[in-house]
Amino acid sequence: MAESNRASPGAYREGGTAELRARAVQFMARRHRFRLAEAAPWLLAILAFFLFPDRMAFGTQVLIMVLFAVSLDLILGYAGIMSLGHAAFFGIGAYTAALLSARLGWNEPITGLFAAAALAALIGFISGWFLLRYRGLTLLMLTLATAIMVLEFGNARADLTGGYDGVNGIAISPLFGVFDYDLYGHTYYIYSLAVLFILFLVVRQIVYSPFGQALIGIRENVRRMHAIGSPVHWRLVTVYTIGAAIAGVAGALFAQSNAFVTLGVLSFERSAAVLVMLILGGTGRLYGAFVGAIVYMVLEDNLAKLSPAFWEFGVGLLLVLAVLFARRGLLGLIEDFGRLIGERPRR
Amino acid sequence: MPHFANVIVSILFDGLAYAMILFIISVGLSITMGLMGFVNLAHGAFAMAGGYLAVTLTRSWGVPFIPSLVITFLVVGAASVPFERLLYARLYMAGELDQVLLTIGLTLMAIAGYTFFYGTQPQSMGVPSYLTGQIDLGFREFPAYRVLMIAVGAILIAILWYGFERTSIGAKIRAAVDNRRMAQSIGINVDRLFMLTFAVGGGLAALGGALAVYIMGITPTFAIQYLVLFLIVVSVGGLGSIKGTVLAALVLGIFDNAGKYLYPTGGAFFIYAVTVLLLLLRPSGLYGRE
Amino acid sequence: MTAAPLEIRGLCKKFGALHVARDISLTLEHGARRALIGPNGAGKTTLVNLITGVFAPSAGNVLLDGNDITHLSEAQRARCGIARTFQINQLFGDLTVIENLCLAVGERTGACNQFWRPAGAKRAVTDEALDYLESLQLVEDALTLVRKLPYGRQRLVEIAIALAQRPKLLLLDEPTAGVPSSETHLILDTIDRLDRGIAILIIEHDMDVVFRFADRITVLVAGKVLIEGTPKEIMADERVRAVYLGQEGGREAPHG
Repeated sequence: MAESNRASPGAYREGGTAELRARAVQFMARRHRFRLAEAAPWLLAILAFFLFPDRMAFGTQVLIMVLFAVSLDLILGYAGIMSLGHAAFFGIGAYTAALLSARLGWNEPITGLFAAAALAALIGFISGWFLLRYRGLTLLMLTLATAIMVLEFGNARADLTGGYDGVNGIAISPLFGVFDYDLYGHTYYIYSLAVLFILFLVVRQIVYSPFGQALIGIRENVRRMHAIGSPVHWRLVTVYTIGAAIAGVAGALFAQSNAFVTLGVLSFERSAAVLVMLILGGTGRLYGAFVGAIVYMVLEDNLAKLSPAFWEFGVGLLLVLAVLFARRGLLGLIEDFGRLIGERPRR
Repeated sequence: MPHFANVIVSILFDGLAYAMILFIISVGLSITMGLMGFVNLAHGAFAMAGGYLAVTLTRSWGVPFIPSLVITFLVVGAASVPFERLLYARLYMAGELDQVLLTIGLTLMAIAGYTFFYGTQPQSMGVPSYLTGQIDLGFREFPAYRVLMIAVGAILIAILWYGFERTSIGAKIRAAVDNRRMAQSIGINVDRLFMLTFAVGGGLAALGGALAVYIMGITPTFAIQYLVLFLIVVSVGGLGSIKGTVLAALVLGIFDNAGKYLYPTGGAFFIYAVTVLLLLLRPSGLYGRE
Repeated sequence: MTAAPLEIRGLCKKFGALHVARDISLTLEHGARRALIGPNGAGKTTLVNLITGVFAPSAGNVLLDGNDITHLSEAQRARCGIARTFQINQLFGDLTVIENLCLAVGERTGACNQFWRPAGAKRAVTDEALDYLESLQLVEDALTLVRKLPYGRQRLVEIAIALAQRPKLLLLDEPTAGVPSSETHLILDTIDRLDRGIAILIIEHDMDVVFRFADRITVLVAGKVLIEGTPKEIMADERVRAVYLGQEGGREAPHG
């Protein structure tokens, strides 16, 4: 029987492994650093402002969808929470901002965003606490049913929400009291871009933190996470709440920029659309949300005009093809291509 | 009958008819999900296909009502097999999300297709005159068509129950639902079994869709609109259980109908609230396995 | 007199009508090297699952260092000092080995509650993770994706993760299962070198390994403890021979 030969940490540290250790330490330390390519989407967004000044209203909606998709990527792509009802938080945020202005006369935009985030986060926390004990089909059903409940509640309280006719008369006061809103949506574009940028940095920080690593662990192997003592349920509820808050901000931006909100913001169609965007772009990559949302919105803008049925068919077909052949989305395809020509893709 | 009781009976009766449709459409979904663990959100599209096929048969081709129902069952049932073999079978080992995405994609394609060919207006079906009136059941008169729905539902429940509990195929299905690997290891050809159940399930969905046309009309959004209800019936009843599907369909059908009658706006809220509560308490449904 | 690292009293578990554990009682002494053997289906992995908290028992108690942990969740028990390896590796295949270990260390130290500072910024976590890798001679694979490692080395990562929890009690479920014979010595040498401060229970079929490793053996049959004793006592016992029919002088217990 082996004698007491303590395999204590540190007992085997020798010169030979020093080099290897240093490389590993460096890897961990540099994981989160900004890569040059990450500047691309932001430069593109600014470029678009100058190249397409008359399409800024559309551009704002694209940015809003990117933000919405980023919030879904956080909970689905990173934490593996399968939700068919994420639009509930988008809608709650939209109605909060809308009603603040139209019913309570509170027109300051940025506090509108905070209020929307707060309410969406609250609902996210409460529903998440109950729902996230489950996984798989049960969770899908629960998120779907919960979102429909929110929709039906909105429908029932048409006095509050205006039902399918919606809430209008949303008047947003100038940003910081200085920047007024022009007909072309220029101010809204910059405003949305700034909000997206800040929140994106927040999400990026979370994703590269130890908490973010734990989320990936939960997604990849929840059994192992339980076995190493991870408080899985709390981690999931936390990220779900954050995701709900950000979706709420996206909804608020939507309400503010459109000056009009209907129950459509709470619909299954909206939950499905953001899911499609994310799958198209690639989950768990943060920038997949950018790619997917932009591609989806541009295609929709061009094809839905031709024929809504044609567009719907195309989305369905894209989805089927993506699941069968390009499961990791466009970014996944790009990564594979990159690997083919010799680069080493980083997560 | 006193007026109050009359209203109750009407609500129950309508709810029962509605429940039968829910059952007929959902039972296929329950068995296939319980058997293969495949989340098929395109099931609503099969029901929709049945509805449209029945419309074309009775209106454009003058096929009588009952034969149309039978043909619908057979044709859609057979047509679902290539879907299963060529598309679904590729994702049996994939995660639920992939299955959800694939089947939603198929559903969207179906909706777009039917919009293109039939337009967005609700279509109706040719129904023989003996079904458009009332039938006297002794203590009261009831709409004939709904009596038919309930009758068809009852007959199908009996046939399915018998097939499930008393035939060897039924036994094999139950065994495979219970423990697929074990069933395979004792020589049950699970793939063929699944093809059969999928075809029957699809055919039944189509039959239910066809039956529903007279009551609810058929539009291209049928596939998604009622999908949630089918999913609820299946989740609440428990995957792979006929008994569960019957019970869930009854409860949901009657309460949804009652809710719509008594609280037209927002009555649906309660159905979803009850569903959420039930799933939180019993995540595998009333008769599902862990 | 300090409490035993692990004490199980009258543990029972039923799944419906199926009794998978019947009145199991067992005590692990300090520095225990205990082997748990028995025919397939005897309930060995189930017992480990009951100890670690994957299932709650139908009856009975589990005590860790004298504290009743029967009502704690799996994660809570892990934080109290129980670590396990699974019969089939449960690792994070798409992450590098160092990331796998940093997760385990991070969860134990509470670093994973941090959602602002980057994962690599806490140098202490990475260093500790590397220490475990060094003790298992895995440092050269630190930057390799786990799913690209040969199975034997993945099994070592599985053990490293368990060690990273700094457990008081370590449960190894067939640590050599699936490992090609050319690589088993890696695992066995590692187990030999494990700290005597940790109480270890190992499920094993290979009697060579059992004799090399175990101070005491518990034999589990059909959910009940048949006998418990030193290796000599076990091999001399009539009932054990009867269970392992036709294995006289055999080196392996029957596999399913």
